[in-house]
Amino acid sequence: MHQFEFPMPPVEPAEAALRREVRAFLAEKLAGRTPRERAQSWNGHDAAFSREVGQRGWIGMSWPKRYGGHERSALERYVVIEEMLAAGAPVAAHWTADRQSGPLLFKFGTEEQRQTFLPRIARGECFFCIGMSEPDSGSDLAAARTRAVPVDGGFRVTGTKLWTTYGHRAHYMILFCRTSEGKRHEGTSQLLVDLASPGIKISPVIEMSGAHHFNEVSFEDVFVPADRLIGREGEGWAQVMSELAFERSGPERFLSTLPLLVALVREVGAEWSPEAERAIGRLFAHLVVLRHLSHSVAGMLEAKQDPALQAALVKDLGAVFEQEIPEVARLLVAAEPSISARSEYAAALAVSMLAAPSFSLRGGTREILRGIIARGLGLR
Amino acid sequence: MSEREILLGTAERIFAGIATSERLAEAERGIWHAEGWRVIEEAGLPLALVPEEQGGFGFSPVNALAVLRVAGAFALPFPLAETMIANRLLALAGLPLPDGILSIGTSSGRDALSIARNGGGWRVSGRLVRVPWGRSAGNVVTVAGDAILCSPVTASGVSEGVSLAGEPRDDVVVEGWLPADRVADAPVQGGAVRLAGAAVRTIAIAGAVQRMLELTIAYAGDRVQFGRTIGKFQAIQHYLASFAGQAAAATAAADLAAAALAGNLPALPIAIAKTRAGEAAGAAAALAHQIHGAIGLTYEHMLQHLSRRVWSWRDEFGSEAEWAALIGRQVCSAGADGLWPLAVGA
Repeated sequence: MHQFEFPMPPVEPAEAALRREVRAFLAEKLAGRTPRERAQSWNGHDAAFSREVGQRGWIGMSWPKRYGGHERSALERYVVIEEMLAAGAPVAAHWTADRQSGPLLFKFGTEEQRQTFLPRIARGECFFCIGMSEPDSGSDLAAARTRAVPVDGGFRVTGTKLWTTYGHRAHYMILFCRTSEGKRHEGTSQLLVDLASPGIKISPVIEMSGAHHFNEVSFEDVFVPADRLIGREGEGWAQVMSELAFERSGPERFLSTLPLLVALVREVGAEWSPEAERAIGRLFAHLVVLRHLSHSVAGMLEAKQDPALQAALVKDLGAVFEQEIPEVARLLVAAEPSISARSEYAAALAVSMLAAPSFSLRGGTREILRGIIARGLGLR
Repeated sequence: MSEREILLGTAERIFAGIATSERLAEAERGIWHAEGWRVIEEAGLPLALVPEEQGGFGFSPVNALAVLRVAGAFALPFPLAETMIANRLLALAGLPLPDGILSIGTSSGRDALSIARNGGGWRVSGRLVRVPWGRSAGNVVTVAGDAILCSPVTASGVSEGVSLAGEPRDDVVVEGWLPADRVADAPVQGGAVRLAGAAVRTIAIAGAVQRMLELTIAYAGDRVQFGRTIGKFQAIQHYLASFAGQAAAATAAADLAAAALAGNLPALPIAIAKTRAGEAAGAAAALAHQIHGAIGLTYEHMLQHLSRRVWSWRDEFGSEAEWAALIGRQVCSAGADGLWPLAVGA
């Protein structure tokens, strides 16, 4: 009754060739990328790299060709993104648009919106950020207070979004906001906002690592034209929930510290201790099983099923794994973590360690995910 | 209905009748239920993993192995997994399949099985340790060096022991002469019996973990404290969500193990599967007992038949520590640049 099956998806005939192609591309493009840079995982941002990925046809892979896509399967896309993550490629610039903003526009957007934005996203030229969280609305997304008041020809937006990753380097935001009064989930909508619009202020929020990924984005009477409403007014909640299924299901939910595991294996070298052997073996077992689970979810998406529950399970397990890698690594090699260390390993350890707490917060906290799973088990 | 549904339906129907709590308790007291085994044999399950050409039914091995997940879920007190894989290993090696109950055994160290040509056959000598249902098996399948062999079990060679769950785990002395049709080249190198044993224990763990999850969800929806069912408390809900994650991981591990067993027993995926399922078993049993409270500790309760089994199964045919070491050696030998390709290929 509560059996969650995770069937192996069918093998893609083109998979092996595609994987070779991606590996060759990454070997060339990332030849000089250091372990400490790779440890940034999908926080690594490089607009030029994203354009090259777009030129290779690896953004918007599964979208129709008439929107600049490449009509490849979700499983082929999976191959590309897992190879990018495993290599520690700097994918942040195009990541959000490829993963969720583009699919959202394809699903709910107008024909004009699709034609305007999807080809630019697929070329790796147009970057998006997510406008969900607010200062007083984190896990409780329905408490969002940012308001879009209908005016002649569009909306006037006022409010503040917070934790906007790479908002300072994105061209557009998909804004979740309130367009009318209503009980919690009612009266919310999604707007496609040009971040160059007058009245928008983007301020950095510096992380404990010293890095600038987060921003606070404030809107003061910002005009958004009516044709930038995504989907239907008042349907924001349902739309954003479908967006979250994309956000939670991918391999980035268990591969964030894989570059550190790779650096660890490099560091233990050819004469490893029995302790390292067991600990690395155990992590590798987790890695392969998570990959099997995640790959299965990708297969369900490709088969047009709704794996929201399975995705929550995989993300919950994946975050535990990603967070465990630095904790295991630090006991196997005597090296004090430091961002500025000369040792690439010590620096990669520092980067992963300082990023780790976010893994069970971003994209749905551990508590929210476990609530979703509990509901799936019939407990709520 | 698909082949898988038919097999699973048959297994569930049969096991529900022969794995009742009374029967589990009797089995633990050493009572052998010949009638139960007869029903299993009549359904053809011991031959479910044997290719059609060698007297099997031509089921897909992965479907046949799903039966063992059901067996795990029922804590089936019969050596079905052992007989199924013993028959499969013999069939793959081209050896005749003896009738009746079979088991599998491993030996090591000073007591490692030795084998030498003798006349038209072979002389074998050694001691197999903790053979499941050794006392009930007519024959035991084991490996010695690169050979696989099928030796009769004699009552005088059996020293009885039990697992944490009270399942028979007997030492069996193998001493004597075997005719030529009892020995062949092992179908795979590197301990086919231990690999196959680890794979079936992984599959059984997945079934038992899933059943413990179902029992625990049902209990949480039933048990009232502080005026509401305990499943309404967020702490319990989060325990159960975490439990479901472990069940999912065990299920995925069982899929890996089944694919490996259906193929030529590659060591890496089996090591991965046993390592992950063993860890899931410990976490799941702890959560199941925590949520059940004291009632789960009582002998009458089904939970403890399952928890004691997963605690013993995770250590049989290699614990997480042993298999993780094998994985770690392969990963460290592959090196930093080989790690990811190894993961994709596993």
